[in-house]
Amino acid sequence: MGGSLTGGPLDTGELVSPAAGGPPLRSRRFERSALRSTLIALVSTVVFFGVLAWIVVHAPNWPDVQRSFFNGTIWNQSVPDIVPAFGVNVELFCVSEVFILVLALVLAVLRSLPGPVFFPLRLLATAYADIFRAIPGILIIYLLGFGIPALQIPGVPTSTFFYAVVSLTLVYSAYVSEVYRAGIQSIHPSQEAAARSLGLTQFQALRYVVLPQAVRRVIPPLLNDFIGLQKDTVLVSYIGVVEIFRQSQIDQAAAFNFTPYLVTALVFLVITIPLARLVDVLIARDRRRFLAGAR
Amino acid sequence: MKARIGGPSATGSTSAPQATGRTGPALRVEGVWKSFGQARVLRGIDLELAEHDVVCLIGASGSGKSTLLRCINLLEPVDAGRIVLQGEEITAPGADVNRVRRRLGIVFQSFNLFPHMSVLANVTLAPRKVLRLSRRDADERATALLDRFGLADKRDDFPDRLSGGQQQRVAIVRALAMEPDLLLLDEITSALDPELVAEVLNVIRDLARGGMTMLIATHEMGFARDIATRVCFLDDGVILEQGPAGEIFSHPREARTQQFLQRIVEAGRL
Ligand SMILES: Nc1ncnc2c1ncn2[C@@H]1O[C@H](COP(=O)(O)OP(=O)(O)OP(=O)(O)O)[C@@H](O)[C@H]1O
Ligand SMILES: [Mg+2]
Repeated sequence: MGGSLTGGPLDTGELVSPAAGGPPLRSRRFERSALRSTLIALVSTVVFFGVLAWIVVHAPNWPDVQRSFFNGTIWNQSVPDIVPAFGVNVELFCVSEVFILVLALVLAVLRSLPGPVFFPLRLLATAYADIFRAIPGILIIYLLGFGIPALQIPGVPTSTFFYAVVSLTLVYSAYVSEVYRAGIQSIHPSQEAAARSLGLTQFQALRYVVLPQAVRRVIPPLLNDFIGLQKDTVLVSYIGVVEIFRQSQIDQAAAFNFTPYLVTALVFLVITIPLARLVDVLIARDRRRFLAGAR
Repeated sequence: MKARIGGPSATGSTSAPQATGRTGPALRVEGVWKSFGQARVLRGIDLELAEHDVVCLIGASGSGKSTLLRCINLLEPVDAGRIVLQGEEITAPGADVNRVRRRLGIVFQSFNLFPHMSVLANVTLAPRKVLRLSRRDADERATALLDRFGLADKRDDFPDRLSGGQQQRVAIVRALAMEPDLLLLDEITSALDPELVAEVLNVIRDLARGGMTMLIATHEMGFARDIATRVCFLDDGVILEQGPAGEIFSHPREARTQQFLQRIVEAGRL
């Protein structure tokens, strides 16, 4: 495999580090131009958002909007209510995520089984993925959260948290299993052939050779789905789980003011943006590896 | 290690149903046919290897060499015919595919090492999971083999840190770690830079001297002439001609063989 296709991205480390006794000219010029780009970016950002803010603040009805969305007193009152309620979302997210990762993997493996014997299993797994991706998540939450407890079968849990986890798991497993499946299919068949030719069973080849590589490859898209799940935890407020969104509704109703929603939005921003950046970093790392021919 | 891998006694470790050395061929291929859709790739292959034979398969690209090796390894089901390994028909309907493959090593043109595992893990995976060796025994076996083929210092490296020649030698070691009765090699030097070919071929020479039974698809005619007990010329899915290397290369009988060898000579590869 030859060198990378692009010759690599601008490698600052290489340019800045002065080669032993080499001319520092090039690196200094580079530093200066880097500084200039940063300055330009900074100024243009400030100007852009400054203008935007000016437009909003000078809108005809701004004072009204300010009162109902940006009320300092209400902000201060609702933060201690709302931020702890986010703990419920985190709990929902963490518990569901574990079940999703497992169930989705099982589904993906079932769909990848070859041969006519496994047709029924493949069919079931495929139907599952189709059905749960077709129905809006909120409907699943409603149907399970209200429907099953209404049957009043003895022994069946009545906790809304339980149905919240079940619904999120069912819906998200359908998506995540597709991600896994794409990963499994991206592993060249020669890898399985090599494993089988050594006498490994089909299951062993999957377990030790195909899946470890597939899972590594789909970590960025998996994280993407985590971000979606993170936000969708608010949907379960509709069956009465008092989580962050439900709490902000309560506060909003009490104060006749929308500021609590703004608090909630901010909490999600603070949590989600680092996750999104992490995904970017992982994707960039994968890309670099790919270009370097490491795979 | 008790026996030299590939040595005459190596077969003792796998429970072959027959006493070795006593009877018939190591491998017998009888009238094997194989099609992919409309393409008839193998059209009645007959081939026999005795113990310690080194048979080279030569033939143009697309003549079916890889397909034949993959059929013998049961990576592809045959359409018709039988393949018999040490008296046991491995193409029989009830044959235990995984057990058969333990006794057959195969090395591919593209190495196919497991990129997420160290060299040692690549080599020990099958002995541990298939032969159920303990980690210590498997490590010991792998280390001895890696040592023998000059790879001792690569033990803990990942495949992408190795040169092509080293990767291919690891792939050979990985196959040998199962102590196979028969080794199938599919153009194992075709993906290598010319200066790396020799190191891999030397490994095979070494194995041949040790008595390993091998079936080798190759474009390296000089090498085939060197080590083959027999050369088979495969043309369009049939074995058109076979015999000792000297005979095939110096006095090919069939016109197609002559043409093929002529092209090889023109390409400077003989
Ligand atoms: N899985 C497959 N599906 C369809 N066609 C195939 C498949 N494998 C091989 N073939 C076809 O079978 C023919 C023989 O292929 P094969 O790889 O056995 O040739 P070969 O002698 O090994 O050639 P080379 O020297 O190029 O490796 C080719 O025409 C190829 O296209
Ligand atoms: Mg081939």
